[in-house]
Amino acid sequence: MTPAPIDTPKPPAKTNRIGLQVLDYRGGKTTLCAGCGHNAISERIIDAFYEMGVQPERLMKLSGIGCSSKTPAYFINRSHSFNSVHGRMPSVATGALLANNTMMALGISGDGDTASIGIGQFVHMMRRNIPIIYIIEDNGVYGLTKGQFSATADIGSKLKTGVINDLPPIDTCALAIQLGATFVGRSFSGDKKQLLAMLKAAIAHNGTAVLDVISPCVTFNDHEGSTRSYKYMQEHEEAITEIGFVPHFQEIDVEYDPGTTINVEMHDGSHLRLRKLHEDYDPTNRITAVSTLMSAHATEEVLTGIFYVDTQKPSFTEMLNLVNEPLGTLPEERVRPSRAVLDDVMQRLM
Amino acid sequence: MATENVALAASAEGGTLVEPDTQPQSSQRNIVNDFTIQIATVNGSGSQSANLVLLKSIFRMGIPVSGKNLFPSNIAGLPTWYTIRASKDGYVARKKEIDILIAMNPETSKEDILSLPTGAAAIYEESANLKQFRDDIACYPVPFDKLTAAVCSEAKLRKLVRNMIYVGIVAQLLKMNMTAVEATLRKQFAKKVKAADLNWAAVQAGYDYASTTFTKNDPFVLEAMNATDGKIIIDGNAAAALGCIFAGCTVVMWYPITPSSSLVENFIDYAKRYRLEEDGKATFAVVQAEDELAAIGAVFGAGWAGARAMTSTSGPGISLMAEFTGLGYYAEIPGVIFDIQRTGPSTGMPTRNQQGDLLSVAFLSHGDTKHVMLIPGSVKECYEMAQSAFDLAEQLQTPVFVMSDLDLGMNNWMSEPFAYPDNPLNRGKVLSAEDLTRLGGFARYKDVDGDGIGYRTLPGTDHPLAAYFTRGSGHNEKSQYTERPDDYFNNMERLSRKFETARTLVPHPEIIQTGKSKIGLIAFGSSDFATRESRDQLNKEYALDTGYMRLRAYPFSREVHEFVAAHDRVYVIEQNRDAQMLSLLKLDLQAEDIVKLRSIRHFNGLPIDARSVTDDLVTQEGI
Ligand SMILES: Cc1ncc(C[n+]2csc(CCOP(=O)(O)OP(=O)(O)O)c2C)c(N)n1
Ligand code: SF4
Repeated sequence: MTPAPIDTPKPPAKTNRIGLQVLDYRGGKTTLCAGCGHNAISERIIDAFYEMGVQPERLMKLSGIGCSSKTPAYFINRSHSFNSVHGRMPSVATGALLANNTMMALGISGDGDTASIGIGQFVHMMRRNIPIIYIIEDNGVYGLTKGQFSATADIGSKLKTGVINDLPPIDTCALAIQLGATFVGRSFSGDKKQLLAMLKAAIAHNGTAVLDVISPCVTFNDHEGSTRSYKYMQEHEEAITEIGFVPHFQEIDVEYDPGTTINVEMHDGSHLRLRKLHEDYDPTNRITAVSTLMSAHATEEVLTGIFYVDTQKPSFTEMLNLVNEPLGTLPEERVRPSRAVLDDVMQRLM
Repeated sequence: MATENVALAASAEGGTLVEPDTQPQSSQRNIVNDFTIQIATVNGSGSQSANLVLLKSIFRMGIPVSGKNLFPSNIAGLPTWYTIRASKDGYVARKKEIDILIAMNPETSKEDILSLPTGAAAIYEESANLKQFRDDIACYPVPFDKLTAAVCSEAKLRKLVRNMIYVGIVAQLLKMNMTAVEATLRKQFAKKVKAADLNWAAVQAGYDYASTTFTKNDPFVLEAMNATDGKIIIDGNAAAALGCIFAGCTVVMWYPITPSSSLVENFIDYAKRYRLEEDGKATFAVVQAEDELAAIGAVFGAGWAGARAMTSTSGPGISLMAEFTGLGYYAEIPGVIFDIQRTGPSTGMPTRNQQGDLLSVAFLSHGDTKHVMLIPGSVKECYEMAQSAFDLAEQLQTPVFVMSDLDLGMNNWMSEPFAYPDNPLNRGKVLSAEDLTRLGGFARYKDVDGDGIGYRTLPGTDHPLAAYFTRGSGHNEKSQYTERPDDYFNNMERLSRKFETARTLVPHPEIIQTGKSKIGLIAFGSSDFATRESRDQLNKEYALDTGYMRLRAYPFSREVHEFVAAHDRVYVIEQNRDAQMLSLLKLDLQAEDIVKLRSIRHFNGLPIDARSVTDDLVTQEGI
């Protein structure tokens, strides 16, 4: 007879609707700077996919190159992942989805990756309405190459070298809406609640879902005069390597209500005015969506929320009228025509 | 005329050689089934149907024939030439000399007629009065407009029908079998009976005019043979497209570029006809990309997710694909890239021929990268190698390039009919969920079998241990990020080992060795045709016996080394300035063999011809 257990049994671990624990959605340990907004986004991705009960094996994670593009290594290890080349993830994702249109795709990109080197592929992905969640981890700089401006940097913003950005930013959301993306929104990496809700909605959407997530770069968004500037910190802390000194910050946390505006202090002491769309904002009108974004630019506010949704437009893979099974694994008899077909072709060429 | 047709047709059907029913008036000996016809016209003038009717009628008479379209990079208005070579001996390479000129382009007609050798024939618009420039050729002036107007009342159609007049003229002068001509024409216009009737009337008008007006004073005649029985005519791009269809290619992403566009366009046609299921759903996806970067990116995305994916391009596209191709090599993803080579560098001459991308493709991308290239030498091989390319790409888990060119890809070639593939699709080392359960996991880049090729899983494999991380950055056997020196070193060593495996799997060269020749010739791709003909010239004219090896792939298999070792001097014949294939051979051969290599290069944009090869070799040999 087996003795009765003496320990009181542990309460069963919390599971989602497909019986998986949040652990099943975890990834490797992040190697990004502590406090990097990208890490917060990874956390929300884990929560969203866990809460929505997406089978990890049914997800493909794709990215380009950059700090942001590294993040697929830090969440949902049980999904196949592909770090492609700088800026050209959209084409890889397109090919992967053509090969297997039964899968779900999550694309992670940076603002440099998307709005500079990859802008061509980005706009064509929007145009095609490829079924993918496309997240831009937007910090206004190139993180991985140490702090140059990206094309989403605000006019007048300053690099650590003192260089001022005198070009206007590209609004990836306005662009995406104009080009045909069917789910477009902007959030902030520190706004857990909003970001999580938006991610969950994006998971439920069929078509291109673009989420531009403002994500502070703790290391390179400093500037002269800031108490958190690179220079300032270097004078006050030991540098860890000769390559560069990486300050340690807390991730920024914010929460605010729809219709309200909040002033967020960034690591460098600068401020970001976030305004959340009002609850009764109608996201089905493309023209209002773009004009709302344009007005926000005029008032130097960063609008957050879901700007535009279209649930009717067929996705790209639907438009192609493909067979229901993945093309990539169709058996030979369905992809190689018969001998009679070849004979027929030969006859016609004689 | 009618009775004459019947007589010719009867003999042709019997397969016997037919004597011309009238002897030529001139004292020259007949030149039978061995000459070239060139039609000089204006781009956009719609001469293609007439030229094809001529080409295919000769083919239908059982005479080996080839056609080459020499056209400008322009849509309409510039000069273009179509050359038909009839060769009883089956030579299909370009021949330098033009024997019969059909001068339809007033802009170039003087230059065209001046370039003819003595004894040639010229058919031209009467009013051009070209006879004044040459008294050593046979001249046949034709009032094209008058003849056209008589058969075609609609002014709009006259431009097109006008070309059919010369088909009739040539048919009469060369004593062609009119039943063959009519059958060819009616097949070409199969679905348009009215157009067929109108065009046939134009052919007859030309024929009748020639019968009643000309006294033949050139030696060229066509006589029925039976050398094309059961053969087909197709261009290399259509053949490759067909190969992709039977290879089970499922994803195509491409960006238009001459001379490769017709490959995918043909694929689309075939796929729509043969690759839709009963409910109308497609077993393929073809997407026109925004550029070549996207095209190749999608190929690797699709290859990673398990599809047989391809793209088709030419030199400029290859340049854009460099970075991604390096990723494909290093991350080990299958993909097929057709390079239909044209002249470079840069935009070069987009509608002219070259074998100029060998070096850039072999090492496309940065770092230590090298790629497998298959080199088809005929339309049949375009079909076959399209299939081997997909098998090899999946077997080796790497990009595979098919190196065709404009001459092979866009011109019409006769061929044996293509055979149905005997081997099942080779999908390479892919682990299923059951395999994973049995094995308890896998390491993506581990060399389990000693051939340098790891095992992979496909996204969507329903097993918690299926996923791995694909990246172009440093990775270890388990596909984890690493910058450790030993991991990098071992990984790169394994990739070299894999390339050695490729050596044994790629198509082996075709070797013709007589055993007594000291001189070896090496050619590949579309240079093969001229090289074969040149070997016969060397033999006939200089009693020079040569061994011949036609390369079919890179990396080179063992036989390549043996062939060079077995000869004293080896000529590498290629269509580029910098002897690119010779450079690749030098990288592979032993020092004592390298010194045997000599080079014959042809790089003026025209397809290589036998006489150029022969003359160059004879000069270098000091004969
Ligand atoms: C073709 C190419 N050019 C340049 C680079 C160098 N590079 C790596 S990451 C990067 C910028 C990344 O910036 P972003 O996309 O904004 O991502 P972040 O690092 O800020 O998250 C650049 C320019 C590269 N990897 N490939
Ligand atoms: S450099 Fe900036 S973007 Fe990159 S990890 Fe550090 S904080 Fe994040």
